[in-house]
Amino acid sequence: MSASQRLRRYHAHVWAEPVINQLSNPGERGIIIPGEHDSKIRKLVGDPQHYIPGKMRRKNPPNLPEVSQPQALRHYLRLSEENMGIASCIGLGGGTDTVKYNPLINEELARLVADMHPLQPEETAQGILEILYKFRTFLCEISGLDEFSFQPGGGGHAIFTNACIIRKYHEDRKQLAEKNEIVTTVFSHPADAACPATAGFKVVTLYPDPVTGIPEVEALKAAVSKHTAGMMITNPEDTGIFNPQIDEFVKIVHEAGGVCSYDQANANCLLGITRAKEAGFDLCHFNIHKTFSSPHGSFGPALGAVGANRNLAKHLPVPVVAFQNGRYTLEYDRPKSIGKVKPFLGSAQIIVRAYAWTMAMGAEGLRQAAETSIVNANYLKKKILTVPGITVGYEKSDIRLDNIRFSLEKMNSDTGVGTADVMRRMVDYGLQDYHTSHHPWIIPEPFTPEPCESYSRSDIDYWVEVMRQISKEAYTDPELVKKAPHSQSIGRINEASLNSPEKWAMTWRAYLTKSGNNMQPTKT
Amino acid sequence: MLKEVGVKDLEELLVVIPERLRLKRPLKIPSGLAAENDLSRHVESILSKNVSCKDFLNFLGAGCSQHFVPAMCDAIGQRQEFLSAYEGDTYSDLGKWQALFEFQSLLGELLSMDVVGFPGYDGASSSGFAIRMTQRITGRKEVLVPENLSPEKLSIFRNMAYDSKFVQIAYERKTGMMDLEDLKKNVSKSTSTVYFENPSFFGTIEGQGEDISEIAHSAGAQVVVAVDPLSLGVIAPPSDYGADIACGDLQPLGLHMQYGGGLAGFIASRDEQKYVAEYPSWLVSITKTTNEGEYGFGLSSSERTHYIQREKGKDFTGTGTALFGIVAGVYLALLGPKGIKAIGETILENSHYAARKLDSIQSVDLNFGQEFFKEFVVNFRPSRKNVKSVNRALLKQRIFGGYDLGNDFKELSGCALYSVTEVHAKDDIDRLVEVVKEIVKH
Repeated sequence: MSASQRLRRYHAHVWAEPVINQLSNPGERGIIIPGEHDSKIRKLVGDPQHYIPGKMRRKNPPNLPEVSQPQALRHYLRLSEENMGIASCIGLGGGTDTVKYNPLINEELARLVADMHPLQPEETAQGILEILYKFRTFLCEISGLDEFSFQPGGGGHAIFTNACIIRKYHEDRKQLAEKNEIVTTVFSHPADAACPATAGFKVVTLYPDPVTGIPEVEALKAAVSKHTAGMMITNPEDTGIFNPQIDEFVKIVHEAGGVCSYDQANANCLLGITRAKEAGFDLCHFNIHKTFSSPHGSFGPALGAVGANRNLAKHLPVPVVAFQNGRYTLEYDRPKSIGKVKPFLGSAQIIVRAYAWTMAMGAEGLRQAAETSIVNANYLKKKILTVPGITVGYEKSDIRLDNIRFSLEKMNSDTGVGTADVMRRMVDYGLQDYHTSHHPWIIPEPFTPEPCESYSRSDIDYWVEVMRQISKEAYTDPELVKKAPHSQSIGRINEASLNSPEKWAMTWRAYLTKSGNNMQPTKT
Repeated sequence: MLKEVGVKDLEELLVVIPERLRLKRPLKIPSGLAAENDLSRHVESILSKNVSCKDFLNFLGAGCSQHFVPAMCDAIGQRQEFLSAYEGDTYSDLGKWQALFEFQSLLGELLSMDVVGFPGYDGASSSGFAIRMTQRITGRKEVLVPENLSPEKLSIFRNMAYDSKFVQIAYERKTGMMDLEDLKKNVSKSTSTVYFENPSFFGTIEGQGEDISEIAHSAGAQVVVAVDPLSLGVIAPPSDYGADIACGDLQPLGLHMQYGGGLAGFIASRDEQKYVAEYPSWLVSITKTTNEGEYGFGLSSSERTHYIQREKGKDFTGTGTALFGIVAGVYLALLGPKGIKAIGETILENSHYAARKLDSIQSVDLNFGQEFFKEFVVNFRPSRKNVKSVNRALLKQRIFGGYDLGNDFKELSGCALYSVTEVHAKDDIDRLVEVVKEIVKH
């Protein structure tokens, strides 16, 4: 797109759609239950209530709304229309999220396992077990590690699982009492700190060198001691800066008797280029809903695949999928396993999508995705730094690999317009808002885009031009940006009441109690 | 683009990754199936080796159960606007936040509770998080759980609350309910939590909810109850019998089993700061906007979470199962108060019909009496058949028999857990019974 090309004047749907509880019309129903109107069985077993102990019978029916099917469909379609999502816009603002294109064919293929029960006999599940097994071999190759589990239900859950494996490793060696600290970095995902803490570890956080953006080896050496149980670290870090001494970090932690876990949640820029193995890691995890193109689903369902090297594989959750005598089987007999972190085998449908995506890409395609992501990131960086008011954290680290953490500190001090304002204004131009930063905000007024391989040069140009336009507005008419958005489904929300115990309401029933009013909505 | 970046080739960008860390060969992964048709034929040919529960008659449950999925649940769950969305805030993704608030609201009605959290990984880990919440509230670490808890779930709990002591409270051999004497013996000033399930893992309805809560509360412990949300049209919500926190799995509410991938957890409580402050997950709240009479939605009290406070946050959270929460909301909206009661009654009727018919076979018994919902324990011991051989024979007749409880509970070798729901017609149940009759005869 050339700079002279016009930016979109997007306007969201405005349905002013009531909350579903308000749509109730007594007597309406959206669906009829099997056997409800003609139960041959009731005649034989009598009143079903009879099978519930008296005290345990529900006395008052739940106050669910009574809506017809057309009305319910209308309602949910309107809500979906008031939802921008990613597929209909340029989603490259979602840094650390790897919001890439999700081919529709993979959805169709995933639905082929919709009606399988996780406990059905292995001989009736050979197809899905084959997919799980083969995708496991792909991840082993991509990471260089030796075994994988697909149980964890998301990236955080995967990091927690790895923390449990580290704990088990030290417990097994009867040194858990002493080995009670996990080292991480402040630009690693917050889960790399929170999950080991939940698993019972003390967390030691390294801060970056102010010039390179990466913690110095000396800082790590000072943090490591006989108490070090392990390291849980993201690379490239949230800034998009790759830690070139990562293998040295691993070595130092290993020498202290610790286990190293590589957070590869978004490994997009690394596919086929560098691996957990070459850096010396014992464990890693991939977010299958990021790098491997399973859709994010409004915040899940998700899957965090956990990988281990030969020494730690015995601690992975059970079961693992094995291939013996021409048949795929589930292996439960692993006495050193941590046991379970999620029932059954995790989310099989997500692996079907990821398998399909990887098969469509092939080895060359994976490498190409990584290379394109890297070029896109640096192209975006180059372009966007020409926009007044935008700077990049740790500018001396010139090359970024996936997401990039920029700062609007200058714009904020020049105009009073900060990142929260710009983020709201972006939506007026038909773009999904962006990821600011995890906390703490080391880089002030941050924003973190990640232009992975799904975005074209014109997509990136458009995104940059929107930022340029907003910057122009900030410097000429800051109120316009501060009062944004101007063309969305609703006006500005009252954020204070979201955080006030007297006013917050997580359910409609709580809202009615607290507000005491129920405005009559338009029910059509 | 490289020119614009100011480099000659890609290698100039890769210099930040030292040579020694590079993979110096291509990945050993098959070359790509670029054509969509080739890809779908390839994946379909692998998946055609599966049998689905629509091909065979299925009586497996044990934590994941087969229910009918209204077409609208699939239609809304497949909307690209919801499917592709992620972190977008109120203004870009209003619909998602409203749909999630509605999910919380509808589940709140079902549970009679004012606070419902964001959908979590699965019921088991939501129970684990609920237990951790009560441990922080009480400052205690000892957790009492029923002896008839799925060992898989107990393993998940142990991983989540590693430094805790888990004490298993015996169940009554006749009814499957909790042994109150054993509970009294074990509850103490160290007890953080009394956790139980209703229905239990065996499908039995815990009729002593009030007594259990009273015993727990008198020791200063918190009560966490995991429920099957689909039972709540006919069974009292846990708040009626003293639960402090309710949790469970959303899978029965319009979610396909997906080989176990259809699970999604929930946590609910009263709207008291003491509880709200301990939720690890996001919470969506309704609020007002600058336009008169208009509602908006956003995240509430996120300071609690690890996203803001890293290791000082409440446990951890992350991408979980939001889309499944939206779909569960659609499901509850379609059913309404009468539908949720009707489905509970149909499940009671069908499962009791199946149990009664199986019990009428001479060498097959029913354990734990008549008070159960959806799942029940069938005892094949009098027939001298083990569950494995019964199931093998059933499989030949295109039937998935019940889960072998002997795997997990020594006292129940020869017993299987059968799950019968609204998807089973009378003919299906009659067919099962006829086949079982033949199997145990020989």
